[in-house]
Amino acid sequence: MSTVVAVSRRSLPVGSVGAHAIGWWGMVCAVLTEAALFGYLLFSYFYFAIQPRQMAFPPQLPPLWLAAPNTVILLASSVAVWQGERGARRDSRARQVIGLGVGFALGVVFVGIQLLEWHSQPFGLSSNAYGSLFFTVTGFHMAHVILGLLILLSLTIWSALGYFDRYYSAPISIGVIYWHFVDAVWLAVFFSFYITPYLGLRHGP
Amino acid sequence: MTTTELDRVPEVAPRDYGSPLASKLEHLWATKPGIVGWLGSVDHKEIGLRYIVTAFVFLLVGGLEALVFRIQLAWPNQHLLSPAQYDQLFSMHGATMILWYAFPVLTGFSVYLQPLVLGTRDMAMPRLNAFTYWVYLFSGLYLYVGLALGSAPNAGWFNYVPYASRPYNPGLNIDFYALANILLGISTTLGSLNFVVTILHQRAPGMSINRMPILSWGTLTISVGNLFAMPSVTLAFFFLWLDRQFGTHFYDPPSGQPLLWQHLFWMWGHPWVYVIVLPALSMVSEALPVLCRRPLVGYTAVALATVLTMVLGFGVWLHHMFATGLPNIALAFFSAVSLFIVIPSAVSNFAWLATIWTGRPVFNTAFLFFVGFIVVFVIGGVSGFMTGSVPADWQLTDTYFVVAHIHYVLIGWNLFAVMGASYFWFPKMFGRMLDEHLGRWNFWLMFIGFNVGFFPMHITGLLGMPRRVYTYPDGMGWDTLNLIITIGSYVMAAGMLLFIVNVFYSLRRGVVAGPNPWDAATLEWSTPSPPPPYNFVVIPTLASRTPLWEDRLDEGPYRSELNEGMPLDHGKEVLGTSSLDAQPNVILRMPEDSLVPLFFALVLTLLFAGLIVKFWWLVVTCIGAGLLLQLIWLWPRSELRERRP
Repeated sequence: MSTVVAVSRRSLPVGSVGAHAIGWWGMVCAVLTEAALFGYLLFSYFYFAIQPRQMAFPPQLPPLWLAAPNTVILLASSVAVWQGERGARRDSRARQVIGLGVGFALGVVFVGIQLLEWHSQPFGLSSNAYGSLFFTVTGFHMAHVILGLLILLSLTIWSALGYFDRYYSAPISIGVIYWHFVDAVWLAVFFSFYITPYLGLRHGP
Repeated sequence: MTTTELDRVPEVAPRDYGSPLASKLEHLWATKPGIVGWLGSVDHKEIGLRYIVTAFVFLLVGGLEALVFRIQLAWPNQHLLSPAQYDQLFSMHGATMILWYAFPVLTGFSVYLQPLVLGTRDMAMPRLNAFTYWVYLFSGLYLYVGLALGSAPNAGWFNYVPYASRPYNPGLNIDFYALANILLGISTTLGSLNFVVTILHQRAPGMSINRMPILSWGTLTISVGNLFAMPSVTLAFFFLWLDRQFGTHFYDPPSGQPLLWQHLFWMWGHPWVYVIVLPALSMVSEALPVLCRRPLVGYTAVALATVLTMVLGFGVWLHHMFATGLPNIALAFFSAVSLFIVIPSAVSNFAWLATIWTGRPVFNTAFLFFVGFIVVFVIGGVSGFMTGSVPADWQLTDTYFVVAHIHYVLIGWNLFAVMGASYFWFPKMFGRMLDEHLGRWNFWLMFIGFNVGFFPMHITGLLGMPRRVYTYPDGMGWDTLNLIITIGSYVMAAGMLLFIVNVFYSLRRGVVAGPNPWDAATLEWSTPSPPPPYNFVVIPTLASRTPLWEDRLDEGPYRSELNEGMPLDHGKEVLGTSSLDAQPNVILRMPEDSLVPLFFALVLTLLFAGLIVKFWWLVVTCIGAGLLLQLIWLWPRSELRERRP
């Protein structure tokens, strides 16, 4: 004898809910492919760095006095948007708007300092292979930061308009994943360009 | 229906495609009439067919390009084409076939079939689906605008530097190729993302991962592969464009590294070979067993071999670079992996043979194409195995032997499977069968033409004929073989022409198919042909891999529930399920038709047009317009349940 399986009659949530939202899945996949992009960018950097015929590294070690505090600022912005997301989950509009808004502001500061850092470099995009790589990789990261800032700005405004609460907060969670990704990728970029030369990656003149 | 509904206990309705429920769903899901409705459609069936038709047009154009230069090569010392024209034509042929035909046609079949075989009503992101189609179309047009302006790519489809660098190639030819590829890469990546989400999140309840059709295994595998592989080539082309136009030094010595291009290109390029064949293989694995009247032999082995092939495909790229002077240890490792990858490929092959052997084959055109595919698959596999060995490759690289190999792989593994799949799924798409009589002629002309046209290339290659030459002197022993090759290519083209005739003939005169003309086992055959806009009037619940064959196979105590299920009719709704067990966990709201994807694709294309002519005001305007469109697209909407009402 055979039995026909029963149709599920469990109560189901309707709409974009947390990790069941299509956008959440889409963002996770987007982050994977973006992570691969930065993987290939850093592959190119290390590929150059290990060639017997060296690319022209700058004569001095990379200065950390702007880049290191800037890294801390970017990480702080991740904490802020995390607080904003928690605000949405707990129906606290103020915490939600402040968290996202502070995250946005810290991101803007990061961009400002990064522009100073670019300006202070003795080499340019077309000076040599190192310059091309440095500005292309940090430029890619900068483009991602700016996109992330536009997302945070939209989320802050939508939060202020009262679009989100405990149940409807998927767009915040989705945007915040992207922002955390942008920060995590910076750590990889920072490590590769600023830390590895101190660890001995840089050879020769 | 209230606007504040947060949870719902789903109703259960009977399956009846003539019921008031069906007309309500029809009203909700149907594309609006008129040109605006057509341009704004997000129906996956509509978009899938657009992909397939567009890809076939590119196939014909790419084929015509080949027919032109085959006349040039039919006899020695021909000067129908100048060397410069020949360079553009063979580069366009390769690019068109590999990038604008081979993958998009498979995407088309996947876009059309995946929601149907998974038992859902649309792709996870329908507007994104429309967007990726438009970007694909526009990227192809972008490339062909280059050809029309006399600036088509001219450095071969793999476009090696330094020949593709500006000092040696000063026109805009390579820039058109680079930017068109970046545009296409955006489309491919986003399309793959859409497949991953659809397949992992929207399968019918009960379709646990081990009951998923083998067709979905192919698409899921290569879509995940694309997410990791595509950035490589996009980046390679971006670096090249920066080198050519902005004076960076990625590829030009002394500080740049020309070989970086080959690494980045083939780190994408070899996975790409599997990307453009694995979905075709899985179409064969899906359709061939139906025509053998039994389930596929070794489902689990084939599914795992598909995944393993893709994974290994990321570790063989150096076998395209054996002759570039790499360290021996690298050559040995990559040669070993290249030979090892034969094993998972052979698993599918033996599964098909066993399926035919133990089944009762129906000898129709689709079956013939699948068998032809298997024959060619083996020949292409063996020549690949040969070139995977370093000493053999050093002899064979850059000769016609490699040209023979790539065509056996791409035509054999892709086109023959696509032809068979077209004969198999055409009745589902259009409700009529393709004509069998024309089909036989179609198959035999293509099969004979293909082998006559491409097998002798192995021999000319072994005789030392280099690839990419625009003509050759007589007395090299290549003359007769080249004439035979040209004749074969025209015979194959005649077969292709018969296919087109067959399509137009059968659209009007074909035998009416009914829902399940092949008596097949999977969900797409439980809908009417062609399927209604909403696909399934009620969502089926599965108990096996072969829901329509359960009584016949009698494999277990449980039967799938196809006759009743959730109607999900409070708007455009689909069911979200868990990734492994496919337990229902959410009711998802789907967006309406929209023109925003088309406009966004147009703005993106205009932006790329601005980049090639360096009209920076146009680029800035397009970025602004694009961000505005994104804001409209992503604005949280209460009907999609993305915000508080």
